[in-house]
Amino acid sequence: MAGLATSLGSGAMTNSIAEISGASTIFAIGTNTTQAHPVLALQAKKAAREGANLIVANPKEIDLCRHATIHLQHRPGTDVALVMGMIKVIVDAGLADMEFINSRCENFDAFVDSLAEFDLASVEKITGVPGELISKAAKIFASEGPSSILYCMGITQHCHGTDNVWSLSNLALVTGNLGKASAGVNPLRGQNNVQGSCDMGALPDVYPGYQKVAKAESKKKFEAAWGVSLSDQEGLTHSEIFDDIHDGKITALYLIGENPYLSEANANHAIESMNRLDFLVVQDIFLTETAELADVVLPAASFAEKNGTFSNTERRIQRIRKAVDAPGEAKPDWQIVAAIASRMGAQGFDFEDEAQIMNEIASLTPSYGGISYERLEGGGIQWPCPTQDHPGTPTLHVEKFGTPSGKAQFMPLSFRDSAELPDDEYPFLLTTDRSLFHYHTGSMTRRVAGLEQLDSEEFLKINPKDAASLGLEDNEVVQIASRRGQTQAKTKVTKICPPGLVSMTFHFAESPTNVLTSPALDPVAKIPETKVCAVKLEKV
Amino acid sequence: MSKVTLTIDGLQIPAKEGMTVLEAAQASGLYIPNLCNHPDLKPAGLCRVCVVKMDDWKIAISCKLPVKDGMVISTEDPEVQQIRKSTVELLVANHPMTCLTCEADGDCELQRVAHYVGITQENLNRYRRSVRSIPIDRSNPFFDFDHNKCILCGICVRTCDELQNINAIDYAQRGVDSIISTLANKPIAESRCESCGECVIRCPVAALAPKGAQEPMREVKSICSYCGVGCGVMLGVRGQKVVSVEGDRDNPVNKGSLCVKGRFGYRFINHPERLKTPLIKKNGTLEEASWDEALDLIAEKFSNSKGDKFAALASARITNEDNYLIQKFTRAVMGTNNIDHCARL
Repeated sequence: MAGLATSLGSGAMTNSIAEISGASTIFAIGTNTTQAHPVLALQAKKAAREGANLIVANPKEIDLCRHATIHLQHRPGTDVALVMGMIKVIVDAGLADMEFINSRCENFDAFVDSLAEFDLASVEKITGVPGELISKAAKIFASEGPSSILYCMGITQHCHGTDNVWSLSNLALVTGNLGKASAGVNPLRGQNNVQGSCDMGALPDVYPGYQKVAKAESKKKFEAAWGVSLSDQEGLTHSEIFDDIHDGKITALYLIGENPYLSEANANHAIESMNRLDFLVVQDIFLTETAELADVVLPAASFAEKNGTFSNTERRIQRIRKAVDAPGEAKPDWQIVAAIASRMGAQGFDFEDEAQIMNEIASLTPSYGGISYERLEGGGIQWPCPTQDHPGTPTLHVEKFGTPSGKAQFMPLSFRDSAELPDDEYPFLLTTDRSLFHYHTGSMTRRVAGLEQLDSEEFLKINPKDAASLGLEDNEVVQIASRRGQTQAKTKVTKICPPGLVSMTFHFAESPTNVLTSPALDPVAKIPETKVCAVKLEKV
Repeated sequence: MSKVTLTIDGLQIPAKEGMTVLEAAQASGLYIPNLCNHPDLKPAGLCRVCVVKMDDWKIAISCKLPVKDGMVISTEDPEVQQIRKSTVELLVANHPMTCLTCEADGDCELQRVAHYVGITQENLNRYRRSVRSIPIDRSNPFFDFDHNKCILCGICVRTCDELQNINAIDYAQRGVDSIISTLANKPIAESRCESCGECVIRCPVAALAPKGAQEPMREVKSICSYCGVGCGVMLGVRGQKVVSVEGDRDNPVNKGSLCVKGRFGYRFINHPERLKTPLIKKNGTLEEASWDEALDLIAEKFSNSKGDKFAALASARITNEDNYLIQKFTRAVMGTNNIDHCARL
């Protein structure tokens, strides 16, 4: 998100889900779309069926490859080399959209200089993908537009995730694939309201609508609206919060609807940190592994028990509606927060209902300025929607980019290795993925008996050659250890993983994969590198 | 597409070039009996039930017959009636007669067609009935596959192919042994099936039927709570229980489609392990507490932790309104910008 905000001026999906099936070329990189976003994947599969080029870049032979024109099976963590290599092919072949570049972009010359290191021979060596295939994919992407880029955590969860994102915005810019239908750079957001949480300023550096806390004018605006004085000091990000807890600097944590016990990279560190807190409040719908560590647990209402809005991956703000009563004394999260604030004597939390909160959001968040519950009755609206009569914005950057200059920024890049690569002691590269049948740490899906029946335990996916070299059969228990922790799972011997690469999900508390993963952070986005770490395997 | 007018049973109806006669009739609210047609799928022309007669006395299946301006169509010609009645008789003759306890009762296309064409007990007595007795495939936790009720319309096969591009099922074997099958006729749970249930909701009979389905008493329009796609859902409710989820066909994001989690993953809502009261840790164990007790304790502890000693982790799983208030609380009441959420995980 931080990446696209710099290069394009907005961190969100530039185009809409319905536009995907209209693309002539789809480049899906770092997304296991049919597993993690199954209904959106229908659009990509439909396009491919009707003749569009589907280029899948993924270290594993994922299900989407069945529908692909080209599968670029690059080594994990080499996305920058792969994509910059493609861009060099495009520029060298004279396929760059110079009119778009000259009229809509900045910093192209410096960017072209940075392409020098990405000749096909070097790129082939780094990525393991035949140069010819990279060249073919690049030429299709550039010449058979509109071309749409889809990406997900396979791009962002790296210590150079922001560089990965920039390589993709560079690719879209160099081919003029922005600001028009069925093109764009489209990060697929994982959780139902991750877009909305970011929009609402549940981030350490911005108020709602990405208004910077460090900027005097936004501070002034929110101080006036809320009637308090505010800090202009940026707060800490997710991983940094756990570090500060560990160091004793943060002593109280209010944690809502999250299960870092299983989801945090290098989970043992997070667990140790939470144990050091003076006071931990966890608010959730179930007693999760994390909630068991809490001093106070507060019962929250689920989505079916409250009113409100979610903002989906394509920036569409949609209404959810209360269908049933919350169990026992459970309450909607906003009511709990308001009750705590009121008990502490704070003003400005006496809302009668969710519609009133949305009115306050709209009054302070320019991109939500035209949103109200009345309007949402007729269906969702895609932000930016600045005024009551604005219809919403399906495609971003049509006239100009959201950057200060209004022009998109080319980002010169160089290739950097992942923080932890396999060596003699830890010879396998572990990457994480997700199952179609489970969601995140499974606190909801693992309580659905049918889903549990379809997928009930963790499997370490491993190539037949690697399995043979370790004397492992299918369905055998194996010990997986990294420099940070160890766990066990059964093997699934499959050619989906190339030799040297093993893969696990993180849905199962019995095999907590994130005790293994690397906490190396991207310096800009502060995302941990859960997609690449080194492990060793031992038959149990 | 240019507009055309055709006449069906003496009624002039408008249509657009490129439509089939069946589509034009349905668009005008006219019923032509049919079984293998589904508006989301390409016409297959398999069941032969939707036959009509054209003004040149040719018989044609209306699902494959393109409209033409000035076309005159009869759906009640004696020859049409005879053909479709015989076709339906043959389907009904081998069909189980357990309608009252069948999942599809009241919502069964075969019932509707049989009734419309006027199948009687006398008609059926002419046939030697041979109801099939293939074991029901109960391997999938969310739906059963009863081949004995299957009318081989292929809507499931085409849904899995045309809409889902999964191709877990297809026709197998020949003649009276024809069957819808997975690869190597394995139980459906061991096939490539992704359990999205799109075939189940389109099955015109109850060959594919959800397990333990309950008709909802009312439906509430909402949004799925799993991934970021934001599919529209209709939550089916009885009393205070969510008993079903259907895709919202009016929602522009999914137009009615759902995945396995969206359609079948709702049973966590009424799960007995849901948290029902606040809990406070006393002597190392979490014990039930009142809201007053919990709020007092939190207010006291938070009041002593203002500033950068405090952090809040909001959630990508809760609403915009929830998130807005949490960041407002953290900034305005706790006096810190230490607020983040799980976007990066």
